[in-house]
Amino acid sequence: MRKNYERALKALQDEVLVMASMVERSISLSIEALKKRDLELARQIIAEDENINQKRFDIEEQCVELIATQQPMAGDLRVIIAILNMLVDLERIGDHSEGIAKIAIMIGDEPPIKPLIDLPRMAEKACQMLRESMDAFVNRDVPLAKKICDDDEEVDALYEQVFRELLIIMAENPKTIGRATRLIWVAHNLERSADRITNICERVVFIATGHMEDIGASKY
Amino acid sequence: MNQVSMVTVNNKNNANVQPEGEARLRMENVNLYYGEFHAVKDISLDISSSSITAIIGPSGCGKSSLLRLFNRMNDLIPSARIEGLVEFDGVDIYQPGIDVVELRKRVGMVFQKPNPFPMSIYDNVCFGPRRHGIRNKRALDDIVEKSLIQAALWDEVKDKLDQSGLSISGGQQQRLCIARVLAVEPEVILMDEPCSALDPIATLKIEDLMRTLSASYTIVIVTHNMQQAARVSDMTAFLMVGDDRAGMLVEYGQTSEIFTNPKNKKTEDYITGRFG
Ligand SMILES: Nc1ncnc2c1ncn2[C@@H]1O[C@H](COP(=O)(O)OP(=O)(O)OP(=O)(O)O)[C@@H](O)[C@H]1O
Ligand SMILES: [Mg+2]
Repeated sequence: MRKNYERALKALQDEVLVMASMVERSISLSIEALKKRDLELARQIIAEDENINQKRFDIEEQCVELIATQQPMAGDLRVIIAILNMLVDLERIGDHSEGIAKIAIMIGDEPPIKPLIDLPRMAEKACQMLRESMDAFVNRDVPLAKKICDDDEEVDALYEQVFRELLIIMAENPKTIGRATRLIWVAHNLERSADRITNICERVVFIATGHMEDIGASKY
Repeated sequence: MNQVSMVTVNNKNNANVQPEGEARLRMENVNLYYGEFHAVKDISLDISSSSITAIIGPSGCGKSSLLRLFNRMNDLIPSARIEGLVEFDGVDIYQPGIDVVELRKRVGMVFQKPNPFPMSIYDNVCFGPRRHGIRNKRALDDIVEKSLIQAALWDEVKDKLDQSGLSISGGQQQRLCIARVLAVEPEVILMDEPCSALDPIATLKIEDLMRTLSASYTIVIVTHNMQQAARVSDMTAFLMVGDDRAGMLVEYGQTSEIFTNPKNKKTEDYITGRFG
């Protein structure tokens, strides 16, 4: 029954996975660009964000077309509505990575004020959460989706730590204020990205259960 | 507001959610047989007033049979036999002494194919009232106008009331049939696939009419068109035949729930088009 429709629904979900992996790559490369002071890489991330934006519109169009032509119902309808929301979050996470790449360019070759350890850890955690959120999406795995939301606390804790550390550096040496502030922006971008991943997880729960709920609202 | 917003779960073992409040129509453990054939099996459901209830399900699952139970139309089928309780406003309509003509006046029916009588539009609408003894020309004029207005047909036919009911379009004929039902001032309107012979525009007109009518009437509609059920109804009942070929109620609940988050896998499969 409805083989073509099933295929289109499956293809739609595969496209979301593709977009999520583009976004994940963007997060990890933006931090790498920052760490290695690779301005070429930073510029590449900024350029590639266009692809992520385009992907989002492509998938959105597929959703609209399926709704208009196939009148999806029940579970199918929930998947499409969830995807429409997830796209927004994925696209914004891409923007956060682009933001980090822009900061990397701003920092340029300013002397470092501290070794970058916690920021890469935040990025790594966010990437892991994003990957897992896609596993939860594919498998309609509610416990995993909820676990990922709990993991957001780790990102929040790292953010707090980075923030405090940078405050101390600025207090001790006001000359670092400019550079330290830029690093706070980076941390903030990562913290927001992780929050958006929890939104994605909420959509996974909606797909699986039909219920919209706030799972573990972030501290920030 | 016609939306049935408050619901309670009163059936522990299945996915059936009954509307809250006084039931206008009620079935309790109803079985219907055509001779040896078990057509409708053990169905219980409540229908509340001023609402639209849609009955959906694959062909042959017993939708029409179920609908006909509400105004004893199955009585016209010699082999039909019924068990269980069917109530209208708390009265068992199958108890001895029930005036079936009066019952069918209060519980009117619109059929799949528009079936105007071969007489004028005016006489079609007057048919019921005349049979119920109304002879006064002024009174009949009023009934005709009011019923045709209610059926959203007045403007299209007011200048040709003496023309044959068969001379108008299919969509207009169906609205004429609805006007004919409305003319006897029923309380409940049963509709068996009222739009299946109509084009999409005429269909949307009838649906819009149903929404308007639902403020003052209780409407039960059988439809094969799932989008139609989703568009017009407050409650939806999903029927399917079991292994014994008897039609049973798989799920009953608020339309918004049934079409976004059905409880039963079979309902989900049916409304997403995965079988049926
Ligand atoms: N008058 C009758 N005599 C014997 N069997 C009947 C009669 N009317 C219906 N049936 C049988 O009862 C079952 C239910 O029929 P019914 O017409 O109620 O189904 P339905 O859901 O309305 O189907 P459809 O969607 O095709 O209109 C079918 O198997 C049908 O063959
Ligand atoms: Mg039928």
